[in-house]
Amino acid sequence: MLRQIEGSRAVAEAVALCRPRVVSAYPISPQTHIIEGVGSLVKSGRLKPCEFINVESEFAAMSVSIGAAATGARAYTATSGPGLLDMAEAVFNASGLGLPIVMTVANRAVGAPINIGNDHSDAMALRDSGWIQLFAETNQHAVDLHIQAFRLAERLSVPVMVCMDGFILTHSVERVEIPTQEQVDRYLRPFAPQQVLDPAAPVSIGAMVGPEAFTEVRYLAHARLLEALVCIPELAAEFERVVGRPSGGLVSAYRSEDAETIVVALGSVVGTVKDVVDQMREEGLKIGVVAVTTFRPFPEQALGQALEGAHRVVVIEKAFAVGGRGVLGAQVDALVSDRGTKTYTVVAGLGGRSIPEASLRRVLGEAIRGELGAMSFLDLDRVVVDRELARMAEDPRRAPSTARVPRDVRENAARIV
Amino acid sequence: MSEHPFAITLDAGSSRDNRTGSWRVERPIYVDRMPPCNDACPAGENIQRWLYHAEAGAYEAAWRGLVEDNPLPAICGRVCFHPCEAACNRGKVDEAVGIRAVERFLGDAAIAHGWRLPERAPATGRRVLVVGSGPSGLSAAYHLARAGHEVVVREAAPRPGGMLRYGIPKYRLPREVIDAEISAIEDLGVEIRCDAGVADIASAMAEGAFDAAYLVLGAQLSHRVQVPAADSARLLDALAFLAGTEAAEPVAIGRRVVVYGGGDTAMDAARSAKRLGATDAVIVYRRNRRKMPAHADLVEEALAEGVTVRWMSTISRVEKDKVLVEKMELDSAGFPQPTGEFTNLDADCVILALGQDADLAPLAALEGVEVRDGLVVVDAQMMTGHSGVFAGGDMVPAERTVTVAVGHGKRAARNIDRWLRGETGGPPPRHELASIETLNTWYYADAGRTVQPELEAQRRQTGFEEVVGGLDEPNALFEARRCLSCGNCFECDNCYGVCPDNAVSKLGPGERYVFDYDYCKGCGICVAECPCGAIVMVPELI
Amino acid sequence: MTEQTSSYCQVGSFAVGNRLVDPHLRTVQSDRLRPNALTSGHRACQGCGEALGARFVLDAAMAATDRQLIVVNATGCLEVFSTPYPETAWQVAWMHSLFGNTAAVATGVAAALKVRGDTATRVIAQAGDGGTVDIGFGCLSGMFERNDDVLFVCYDNQAYMNTGVQRSASTPAAARTATTEARGREPGNAFGQGKNLPALAVAHEIPYVATASVAYLHDLEAKVGRAMELHGARYLHVLVPCPLGWGAASRDTIRLARLACETGLFPLFEAAHGEILSATPIRHREPVEAYLRPQRRFAHLFADPPRTDDIARIQAIADRNIGRFDLLGERAGKGSR
Ligand SMILES: Cc1cc2nc3c(=O)[nH]c(=O)nc-3n(C[C@H](O)[C@H](O)[C@H](O)COP(=O)(O)OP(=O)(O)OC[C@H]3O[C@@H](n4cnc5c(N)ncnc54)[C@H](O)[C@@H]3O)c2cc1C
Ligand SMILES: Cc1ncc(C[n+]2csc(CCOP(=O)(O)OP(=O)(O)O)c2C)c(N)n1
Ligand code: SF4
Ligand code: SF4
Ligand code: SF4
Ligand code: SF4
Ligand SMILES: [Mg+2]
Repeated sequence: MLRQIEGSRAVAEAVALCRPRVVSAYPISPQTHIIEGVGSLVKSGRLKPCEFINVESEFAAMSVSIGAAATGARAYTATSGPGLLDMAEAVFNASGLGLPIVMTVANRAVGAPINIGNDHSDAMALRDSGWIQLFAETNQHAVDLHIQAFRLAERLSVPVMVCMDGFILTHSVERVEIPTQEQVDRYLRPFAPQQVLDPAAPVSIGAMVGPEAFTEVRYLAHARLLEALVCIPELAAEFERVVGRPSGGLVSAYRSEDAETIVVALGSVVGTVKDVVDQMREEGLKIGVVAVTTFRPFPEQALGQALEGAHRVVVIEKAFAVGGRGVLGAQVDALVSDRGTKTYTVVAGLGGRSIPEASLRRVLGEAIRGELGAMSFLDLDRVVVDRELARMAEDPRRAPSTARVPRDVRENAARIV
Repeated sequence: MSEHPFAITLDAGSSRDNRTGSWRVERPIYVDRMPPCNDACPAGENIQRWLYHAEAGAYEAAWRGLVEDNPLPAICGRVCFHPCEAACNRGKVDEAVGIRAVERFLGDAAIAHGWRLPERAPATGRRVLVVGSGPSGLSAAYHLARAGHEVVVREAAPRPGGMLRYGIPKYRLPREVIDAEISAIEDLGVEIRCDAGVADIASAMAEGAFDAAYLVLGAQLSHRVQVPAADSARLLDALAFLAGTEAAEPVAIGRRVVVYGGGDTAMDAARSAKRLGATDAVIVYRRNRRKMPAHADLVEEALAEGVTVRWMSTISRVEKDKVLVEKMELDSAGFPQPTGEFTNLDADCVILALGQDADLAPLAALEGVEVRDGLVVVDAQMMTGHSGVFAGGDMVPAERTVTVAVGHGKRAARNIDRWLRGETGGPPPRHELASIETLNTWYYADAGRTVQPELEAQRRQTGFEEVVGGLDEPNALFEARRCLSCGNCFECDNCYGVCPDNAVSKLGPGERYVFDYDYCKGCGICVAECPCGAIVMVPELI
Repeated sequence: MTEQTSSYCQVGSFAVGNRLVDPHLRTVQSDRLRPNALTSGHRACQGCGEALGARFVLDAAMAATDRQLIVVNATGCLEVFSTPYPETAWQVAWMHSLFGNTAAVATGVAAALKVRGDTATRVIAQAGDGGTVDIGFGCLSGMFERNDDVLFVCYDNQAYMNTGVQRSASTPAAARTATTEARGREPGNAFGQGKNLPALAVAHEIPYVATASVAYLHDLEAKVGRAMELHGARYLHVLVPCPLGWGAASRDTIRLARLACETGLFPLFEAAHGEILSATPIRHREPVEAYLRPQRRFAHLFADPPRTDDIARIQAIADRNIGRFDLLGERAGKGSR
């Protein structure tokens, strides 16, 4: 059914269609509307049977999900930014135990400074937690990914994080096609856990493993995640058969076949980039965009193929490794640089800052002209930054390195900006 | 191969592959220790064991355990001075277990139910002469008969029982009880010939073709001290007086009776005198109460019945109706010394209870028998210097009590049996003592000792009815259950329950437990928490 | 008298079993076929009270639930010694997630069972004192507050044993740990600190709160039994001496657990919906010294010169408990429960 609906509500509807049995969550913007939505569906009796548990922290929310999943219940939770970090220990635990939990991350910046706006630092902080990470481009995409996420999680016994940009997607009202219950039921069978706490067949889940087997356990987790690279396209294809709409997959390319310049991005910014690509194509520039839908496991092959033939790749990232480089950018660079493809990382949209088309067009133009630095920050206020760097250089409390460090910073800053 | 995710999920109970027993430097082992009561029982009863049965209400099994060692539980259950109770560990917790009372309960139950003593072993064809049918003779006859020997008991008196019948008054030991326990022994095929005194042991043995003899003549002669007395004075000998109370026509004693002496006999004489109509029964004794040889319970009971005692006094002279008493004082060494202070005491009659001696004349012709201080010397096997002739009870140097006599009888019988079979070697070594330190008494529920009912004061002055009553069944059960089972597993399951490593297996009722040394880490908790001290740690042999 | 006679059984109510009492009055531990939720081959230290306590509690719970039980376990000694790959000592459906989230994981388990309509299977969460009073308290308090259908059991050995005996908020005053050394003017753990979790649990007004000790098995099993009869959030705080951390002889584990109660330092009580219902009376009162002396963690109190002041302060704590819980039965009439 096509509905004009807020992203969060749409996701709540989609989640409910997946018949989760235990939902626990702790409120945090911009995730709130999602769990309010699911909560209301449970309260009203539309989603049943389902236990909706108001917990005291995100750490508890993930922990409740762990317990529920280990007992054979389909478990769901949602969080954002600091909430994801609050549950970090349990996030690793869920994947380590191979529990097929599905979690929405309404992506939000992490502080300090506290900031409720969107970026990807939360998801990126936990990119190596052993979860599958899917990034939604639109609310329709988010709805579809959630349905696929349950299927994927349970097929592989691996937890799946569906990332959708906070506010940009969660709070925007768009037309979304919500699949029917019948469709979802056909696509997603009841949860058949691969291991379960059962008094009739007791096992011990969560053993302590020492160096003698830890590497093997990790290797196996890795192998399982890589298996998702095969699974995801299959499940996307099946989704299309059942629901009648292509959605999901590893990467999705737009006008990139003959592109010399390809933009790579995660999440909702892809939409903006597509508009910019259209404009620039009209100007005759051979430019396209590839959205990375599946960020973990990292779809090296699919992405490598999608970037084949590009002269340059510009990665637009809503997070970066502070003191290092871009996260996605570094991975793309590793993938294509030996083909002679030049890569640029543009850090953009931090803490909810908007990514204007004009700015994008500007940096893409710079990239095409070879004027762009390897790593740059979109719309950085140089005046402010330089003033502060200067003040730091003067600060007597920073002696004896006063003379050197600020200069390094400045030089670096000059190099990377 | 497990069907679960590798390493993260494990199959239940798989730790049993890990034999933690290798950690151990000490191992626990189960032991049986000697309970102090058993250790102290002169008859060598396995008290803890028969109480164990009684605790479960298995009274016949308890009685059977008891008569393994002592065929006279109804008798000993009344008159034994219960050294077991003095030794009982429970006495250090609250009050000693009323062992004697339970013993009596079992003995009485056996009489009431007609339980029969165990069958005799097949006949050996050997003949043993027992001279004297006191407790020691009865005990020996019983054990010898059980061993399959032919036993003839010869008794000088008209009825069997020795001092049980002719010494201990019936208000403490009803005659039906004596008769019942003796006839149970007779039922085993033991022949008791009364009015059949033996004047010469050697010839009696030869005449009857006996292979061995056990002499238990007792101490029948009242000890004589020179007490100056007027011709008209009425002096009685305690043994004769007490024996006389058995007769149809008791001896006349008058209203004011003085008993001279401080032993059990003196107490019984004074108490019997009261029952025979004496208004005053005064015991004159030359030392103080603490030094008195009579057993405390008997003194207590005598005083309760109105018997009075002149402590620190000797009789200097006996007149027709009074005695002259001299006050004594203890010297620095604790011996009584005359003070020269005299008082008169009215007395219609004086009963002398100054001890008993053995009449050893019948042994005169036996070669090799050694006599010292009027008593027959025996070795550890109870044998006199004359091979094949054993002796015990009051005529050998030992404490003079019924139970000691019973114990001698048992020991002699077992040694006679061995001697007849030509066996050497003694009984197995005794277990280490289960002292209170080896117990963990916290586990035992608090429970005061049950009190036996006593005859009301009035009836104790007028007749020979039994003074102390027996326990009824619930009380006997309760009392038995007060036993701590010192040094012997009573299946409390503590070791089974407290082992952090489940290294104790429980084998089921009566089967006790075993350690599983594959897993026992040797922590010692089972040892510390065994209430009765039946487990010890021993170093692991590496 | 007759009644006393028939019920009195030597060690009837204190030892593990007793051949003389009705089988149904004996402890679960006395049963030859007891579940042994924690079986042999685990790697706990010799004489570990926590290993013992866990088996006591879980066996009783399994007996009470016809073995329909799921257990969630926090990180700590109990978890480490029971489930080092490739072997587990558990014979019950068991799961370990993290150190601090046990109550929440158990909530999830309970929710999964509830939503499935499985009313037979019951859930126990268990943790050491650290996993309960410190890092696990947030999740625990949440579980309490929501009245989730979980029995949470704390095995209190009064420090972080698994990491090498560091102080927890359950470490008693004056105790030496690796982070409260017996040095300086106030050696050992400071007085006036710490968290009384049973009291906090009572303050949550949950359906059931009790304290227990491995030295009082009947009491402990009865409490587990009562807890399993109820639904909603329940809390059981079990004292489990740790020979290693307390510096005590391995054989003294139960003895110390007993002395802790008999001195009044560890009161045994039951509460429901915020009200204290009863306390287990002390049978043979002991001075705190009897409890402190055998433990090396308190050795500095008995050095030369002895810390009589500190011993007196500890005695005052015990006296206060005795008064507060009427442990000598003075208010209630002796022996009443
Ligand atoms: C008044 C009194 C009260 C006592 N109270 C107690 C008490 O309460 N508790 C206790 O434990 N002890 C008590 N005793 C002591 C106890 O009775 C004796 O220690 C015990 O009876 C000794 O047993 P025995 O078999 O050695 O000798 P006895 O019981 O004296 O039996 C010896 C038997 O041998 C017979 N006999 C002797 N010579 C011959 C012979 N030549 N031929 C054939 N038969 C012979 C005697 O007639 C007698 O029957 C008491 C003693 C007396 C006198
Ligand atoms: C989040 C986290 N912090 C710290 C630890 C380290 N740690 C593991 S067990 C433990 C101590 C456990 O103490 P307690 O809960 O009292 O159990 P015990 O080992 O004493 O039985 C600690 C500190 C951890 N595993 N996880
Ligand atoms: S408590 Fe029992 S076993 Fe121990 S000494 Fe007393 S009667 Fe004998
Ligand atoms: S602890 Fe109990 S069951 Fe074990 S040996 Fe001792 S008495 Fe017997
Ligand atoms: S309690 Fe268990 S481990 Fe400890 S010594 Fe006894 S049997 Fe061995
Ligand atoms: S350190 Fe303490 S709690 Fe841990 S296993 Fe050893 S005894 Fe048990
Ligand atoms: Mg601890």
